Amino acid sequence: MKRIMKPGVSRRGFLAGMGAVAAGVSFIPRQGFSAEEKKLNFYNWDTYIGETTLADFEKASGIEVKMDLFADNDELFAKLKEGNPGYDLIVPTNDYVERMIVANMLVPIDHSKIPNISNIDPVFRDAAFDPGRKFSLPYMWGTIGIGYRKSKVKSVPDSWKWLYDSDQYSGRIALLADGGAVIQMGLKYMGYPLNSTDPALIKKVEVMLIKQKPHIKVFAEDNGQDLLASGEVDLTMEWNGDILQVMDEDEDIAYVVPKEGGLLWQDCLCIPKGAPHPNNAHALINFILDADAGAEIADFIQYATPNKAAKAKLPPEYRDNPAIFPPDEVTRKSEASIYKGEDYQRLIDETWTRIQAA
Amino acid sequence: MRGIRLESWRKNPLVFWIVAIPPTVWLLVFFIIPLTLIWIFSFGEKRGIVDIAITWTFDNYARALDPLYLQIFLKSFWFAGLTTLVCLAAGFPLAIAITFSSQRWKGILLLLVILPFWTNLLIRTYALIAVLRTRGFMNFTVEWLWEKANVLLVFVGLGEYHLLGQQYQPFELLYNNFAVVFGLVYVHLPFMVLPLYAALDRMDRSYLEASLDLGAGQARTFVSVMVPLALPGIISGVIITFIPALGSFLTPDLLGGTDSQMIANVIERQFKSANDWPFGAALSFILMYITFFALAVRALTSRGKSAMEAA
Repeated sequence: MKRIMKPGVSRRGFLAGMGAVAAGVSFIPRQGFSAEEKKLNFYNWDTYIGETTLADFEKASGIEVKMDLFADNDELFAKLKEGNPGYDLIVPTNDYVERMIVANMLVPIDHSKIPNISNIDPVFRDAAFDPGRKFSLPYMWGTIGIGYRKSKVKSVPDSWKWLYDSDQYSGRIALLADGGAVIQMGLKYMGYPLNSTDPALIKKVEVMLIKQKPHIKVFAEDNGQDLLASGEVDLTMEWNGDILQVMDEDEDIAYVVPKEGGLLWQDCLCIPKGAPHPNNAHALINFILDADAGAEIADFIQYATPNKAAKAKLPPEYRDNPAIFPPDEVTRKSEASIYKGEDYQRLIDETWTRIQAA
Repeated sequence: MRGIRLESWRKNPLVFWIVAIPPTVWLLVFFIIPLTLIWIFSFGEKRGIVDIAITWTFDNYARALDPLYLQIFLKSFWFAGLTTLVCLAAGFPLAIAITFSSQRWKGILLLLVILPFWTNLLIRTYALIAVLRTRGFMNFTVEWLWEKANVLLVFVGLGEYHLLGQQYQPFELLYNNFAVVFGLVYVHLPFMVLPLYAALDRMDRSYLEASLDLGAGQARTFVSVMVPLALPGIISGVIITFIPALGSFLTPDLLGGTDSQMIANVIERQFKSANDWPFGAALSFILMYITFFALAVRALTSRGKSAMEAA
């Protein structure tokens, strides 16, 4: 034991040194690239695929898909960072794609095996977080904005001000419990770039949030839509897809991306290092990017698809829904979060801890 | 007895190994090795996204002593302490009631205490949200009573004064520190009741009868006879309630407001969004040391007690 623990040993090397422990991580035996069994392990978000997509894929290709679900990017990342437990296809959000590229956790995607790339809207065929789309292809995109109850607000709350810097709706506000997102939206409200790393600017947001705290009811653990639907709060910062779900059931709920702009996110299809069935993963990516399959998925989960051919097949209620596709001027002001290094991560966590402890 | 059993183990080494190996392996693989790993991480340094260098630094522990984190530790102690106190105050009468009920009722009451364990903690917490929220069962009940009281006031001719307010104001029961302690008490009450019941059930009732016969009142008998006899149960109950309450993160996450963060929430973030395993490991181990300390105190007091009894 002592020998392995000498300074400078990376955790991976350290784990490899301890066979007994590595055994507990359950590596699935890897098949040769050519002779792949007709199986695929898909690691996806909950309710994030069409009702019949996977069955259709199995019918078309004979590949049986087993799908596991993760609740957030942190869970996905934590599960894969000690080595891939056997997943072939994962769906991380853009900044985590970037993080995984930096950490060398993804396999390049062979574009020649995915002819349906031509269905993707040209806007999404390249990405700042993955130049040339070497490691990721877009699955769905969306925004973070404000979900609100129409009958309880004086006017459309189209500014972050109502959540961050006003007592107008005191005690009826929920923010996300995601410190990074909360601080980034605060930066947007104050007119700074979403990806600012300057500690002085982040401090300004901290001071504003601590001042605003008495008016905020709760930092919601991804259940802002339920709080809104049950009347617990009247305004909540949320992912657009979550608000759309409750808008379906309650006419009085609406969604707006504030005029200062919000966060643009993009969930991507990626193949993790050590995937036992990379060929099958390419086949499923190609199937998902098909016009009909893509339309089936988007129609069922009601998120914005980057698949132009699929979007054309869907009815105007979907294509023209401002909660799914926000107006262009708002989208232009919105930004995607980029990976800003581990020091930034620590700065954000400490700031968030201080905000909650204050 | 003990001597005889040991004797038979010696005669049948095979039986001994068959019985002893599975739990030993279990303990080693699922407890000692993972815990050792975390302990080693707590002396590590982050080098990039996934790599941690084990440099035997104390920086993570030093960082945990920052007033920011000490304050959160203190708050967690306060929450867990209050929870334990409320559990003790509510659990003692409950344990007494179970002890002195008939055999048939005893089984039913014990079952009712244990029953919530059969439901997942997350489900129970969500159920509590449905009870406590603004438009929840608790507020519905109080609102109903409020309406009935108003009808009564109108009936006796005081209707126009609006003595109970113009409109029903729902209680803010959720998303604050009250909700966190309420939730923790709800979850941990069985941990308190069961050891108390075990201690009280073993108690020789004739002591109570003697105390009452010899002129002590009910209160005096409770304080001077029952509580001292139940003391081992009280200590066990306090420890096994306090320790898990101290490490709770789900309850403050789901029921708490904007300032209900406990130390386990900070630890959880280190392993997830903050991606700082060494610091998270150090924070966990500080909690662990406190737990060990509590258990050591427990062991010392019980040893002192058995020594006293032997003397």
